[in-house]
Amino acid sequence: MKRPRRRDPLPGFGLSLGITLLWLGGLVLVPLLALLLRPLELGPLGFWHSVTEPRVLASLRLSFLGALAASAVNLPLGLLVAWVLVRYRFPGRRLLDGMVDLPFALPTAVAGLALTALYAPNGWLGAPLAALGVKVAYTPLGVALAMGFVGLPFVVRTVEPVLRDLPLEAEEAAATLGATRWQAWWRVVLPALAPALLAGFAMASARAIGEYGSVIFIAGNTPMWSEIAPLLIVVRLEQFDYAGAAAVGLAMLALSFLMLLGLSLMNRLWRRA
Amino acid sequence: MTLSSLSRRAVLGSALGGGVALAARAQGAGQLLNVSYDPTREFYREFNSLFAEQWKAKTGQGIRANASHGGSGRQARAVIDGLQADVVTLALAYDIDAIAERGLINADWQQRLPHNSSPYTSTIVFLVRKGNPKKLADWPDLLKPGVSIVTPNPKTSGGARWNYLAAWAWAVKKSSGGEQAARSFLTEMFRKVPVLDTGARGATTSFVQRGQGDVLLAWENEAHLAFAEFGADQFDIVYPGFSILAEPPVAVVDRNVDRRGTRAVAEAYLQALYTPEGQALAAKHFYRPRDEAALAAAGSRFPRIEMTTIDDPIFGGWKKAQATHFDDGGEFDRIYQPGR
Amino acid sequence: MTPATAEPRAIRWLLVALAVLLLGAFLLLPLAAVFTEALRRGWGPVVAALADPDAQAAIRLTLLVAAIAVPVNTLGGLAGAWCIARFTFPGRALLLALIELPFSVSPVISGLVWVLLFGAHGWFGPWLQAHDVQIVFAVPGLVLATLFVTFPFVARTLIPLMQEQGRAAEEAAATLGASGWQSFWRVTLPQIRWALLSGVLLCNARAMGEFGAVSVVSGHIRGETNTMPLHVEILYNEYQFVGAFAVAALLALLALVTLAAKALLERLGARRGGMA
Repeated sequence: MKRPRRRDPLPGFGLSLGITLLWLGGLVLVPLLALLLRPLELGPLGFWHSVTEPRVLASLRLSFLGALAASAVNLPLGLLVAWVLVRYRFPGRRLLDGMVDLPFALPTAVAGLALTALYAPNGWLGAPLAALGVKVAYTPLGVALAMGFVGLPFVVRTVEPVLRDLPLEAEEAAATLGATRWQAWWRVVLPALAPALLAGFAMASARAIGEYGSVIFIAGNTPMWSEIAPLLIVVRLEQFDYAGAAAVGLAMLALSFLMLLGLSLMNRLWRRA
Repeated sequence: MTLSSLSRRAVLGSALGGGVALAARAQGAGQLLNVSYDPTREFYREFNSLFAEQWKAKTGQGIRANASHGGSGRQARAVIDGLQADVVTLALAYDIDAIAERGLINADWQQRLPHNSSPYTSTIVFLVRKGNPKKLADWPDLLKPGVSIVTPNPKTSGGARWNYLAAWAWAVKKSSGGEQAARSFLTEMFRKVPVLDTGARGATTSFVQRGQGDVLLAWENEAHLAFAEFGADQFDIVYPGFSILAEPPVAVVDRNVDRRGTRAVAEAYLQALYTPEGQALAAKHFYRPRDEAALAAAGSRFPRIEMTTIDDPIFGGWKKAQATHFDDGGEFDRIYQPGR
Repeated sequence: MTPATAEPRAIRWLLVALAVLLLGAFLLLPLAAVFTEALRRGWGPVVAALADPDAQAAIRLTLLVAAIAVPVNTLGGLAGAWCIARFTFPGRALLLALIELPFSVSPVISGLVWVLLFGAHGWFGPWLQAHDVQIVFAVPGLVLATLFVTFPFVARTLIPLMQEQGRAAEEAAATLGASGWQSFWRVTLPQIRWALLSGVLLCNARAMGEFGAVSVVSGHIRGETNTMPLHVEILYNEYQFVGAFAVAALLALLALVTLAAKALLERLGARRGGMA
C-alpha cells in the first residue's frame, strides 16, 4: 500500500475520509468533548474530590474488579467454547455457534430481568444456590455474573479466528518430538493463542465495565458494596450534579483507556518475546 | 447508475430530513404531560381519563393527558433538562423547588393551591410477610436480631427520604437520646438493608417478587397496592405508632405552559385533583384525601396515627432537611460511610 | 485431523459436553426464563400485552429509531472501512481506535453526552429552546443515543475483511476504466455484501435492544418516547410482570431471528467466498 496521492488509482479517499470524519466527529467526538469539558467547572481540585469520594471509589472498584474477574472466568470458558467449535465436529455445533452471540443480540434490559428472575433467592438457580449458602443476586457476585454474560462472546469471537488459522504442523511437530498432547497444548497452542486471549479479555472487560442494563436489575445497588459506577452517574444526575456525573464518566473512560492501553502493551511484549 | 445514486441520495436525504422533522415536532396540541413519581402510576392513569372526560364536558375540547413516572429526583432532573412537562406531581417539595430554582416554576408555587399545593397526603408504613412472623409492630422492632429491611436509596428516591425521616423523627421524639440516638438507630437500621433500590417501585418488587427482607418500609398507598395486587394472603400492613405526614406536592410548570399555551388546561388539571371526584379517586388509590368528606367516606381505610411533618423544628422544612441529611457529606453519607 | 493432534475420543466428548452444558446454563437458561415467565398464564395475557396501544407505540418507535440509526451507521461504517482498509495515511490507527471507542464507553455515558450537549443546560440547550426545538426527551435524542451505541458495528465487521481482501480487485477495475462508483457497486460490494449484512443485523439488534443510553435521554412518556426496552421496564414497575416478560420475549425473539439470519448469511458468505 502506498500513500494516497493524486495518482492513486483508487478513488474516493477524500470523500470517504470526509464522511468518516463528519460521522465520527458529529456522533462521537463532539459529544465526548462535552463530557471532557463539563467536569472542568469543578476545577482540578474539585474534580479530584468528586472522583475520590469513598462511594465513587467503591463503585469504580466494583465496576473494574467485577469486570476483570468476570472476564478472567470468561477466559477459560471462552477458550473451551472456541476450541470445541473450531476443532471438533459434533451434532448441534452450529446451534452452539449461534448461541455464543446471544448476549450480543439480546437486549440488555431483557438479560437483566432474566438473570434476576433466575438467580434471585426464589429463582430456578437462586433457590438451590441459596440453600448452599451462596447468594448471587443483589451481591457483587451477581454483578460479576451479569458482566460475564455480556462479555463472553467477545472472548470466543476473538479467539476463534486465530485458532482456525493456527497451523496444525506445530502441534504435529511437538507430537513427533515426543511431547504428550497436554504438553503440546500447553507449550505450543496456548502461547500462540495468548495474544488473542488477551485481546478478547480486554474487549470483554471494556464492555463489562460500562454495562448498565443487565447489571442494574441484579446488582441490589447498595452503596459502598454492590453499586456500579454507571449507576453512580445516574444517581448524580438525579441530584442535579451534572459536573459530578460527567466527572465519574470521565474517570471511567480514563481508567478503561489505561486498562486497554496496558493490555495492548502486554500483548506487544508477548508477541516480541 | 443515475437511478441508484438518486435512490442513495434519497435514502440519505430522508434519513436526515426525518431527523430534522422529528426534531422540530414539539409535543402535539391537545396533549398534557404530567411528570410524576413512581407510585402514582395507577392513580394518574385513572385520573387522566377522568380529567379528559371532565375537560371535554366543560370545554368541548379533547385532551390527552400523558404521564411519565420514575424516581422523583430523576423526574425533576428531566424537567430541568428540558422535558416539556405541563405539570409536575412529585414526591417532595424539594424536587419542585429544584425546578423552581432554575426559573421554570414561579417561586411562589407552593402558595398557589390549597394545603401547600399537596392535594393528597400519605404516610410511611411497614409491609410485612403474612402473619407478621418477626412480630414487627413499631420502629424499635426493626432492630431485632435477624430482621432484614427493604427500603430504597434516600439519595435517589423521594419515598426513601420520607422513610428515613420517619425513622429519624421517631428516634428523636420517642426514644430518649435525641439526635445521637437517631444517628445510631439509622446506622443500625441501614445495616439491615440487603437491597437499596433506586426507586420505591424497585424496592417493592425486591420485597414482593424476589422475596427479599422481612419488612418493606413503604408509602401507605404503595403498601396497599402491593397488598391488593399480590394477594392479601401474602402480606400484612403494620401501622407504626408514629410516622410522618408525607405531602406530595403538585405545580404547573410556568415556563412550559406559557410557551405551549396550555396554562388553562394545566391549571384545571391540578384543580381537578381537589374536586370531590379527584379526592375520591385519590382515596380509592390509597392516598389520604384532604377533603374531610372524602376522608370520612373512606372510613377505616386510613387509620389515624400520630404523625409529624417536615416542617417540625427537628427538620425545619425540606431545604434544611435535604442539606442536613441527604446532600453529599450529609447525615446519610455519614451513616452509610462504614460500608460492610 | 491427524491422531497426533487430536485428543482421545473420551476427552473430546467431555469437552463438548462441558461447553454445551456451561453455555446452556449461562446463556440459554436466562432465555428460557424469559419465555416461561411470559407464558406463565398462557397466551392470552401475552397477546393482550402486545396489542396494548402503548406497546404498539413502543414497537413503532423502536422500529423508527432503528430505521434512522442503522442506515446512518451503515453509511458511515462503509466510508470508514473504505478509507481505512484501502488507503494508508497518517493517523489511520488513531482513526480506527476512535471508531471502536464507543464500544468501551458505558451506555449511560452515551446517553449523558447528549444531555450535556442538547439538554436545557447543555451547550446548545438555550439556542434550541429559543427556537423551540426538542432533542433530548424526544425522538431525536433517542436516535442520537442509539447512533452512539451502535456506532462501530458495521465498520468493525467490514474493516478486517476488507483489509484481508486488499485493493487488487478495485485497482484492476480502475485500470479497466471503471469509475469509482462503478467499481464500488460491481466489485467491492459483491465482495463484502454478506459481511455487511451481518454487521447491519448486529447493529440493528443492538439498536432495538439498547436500554441504558436511551433511558437517560427518554422522558419515559408512554406512547411518546418509550422504546420497547423502556416499555419492559415500565411494565415491570407497574407489577405487570407477565406483560413485561411478554414484551421482553418479543425482543428476545427478535434477537434469535437476528442470530439465525446472521448464521445463514455466514454460511452463504462462506459458500460464495464473500467472507473470510
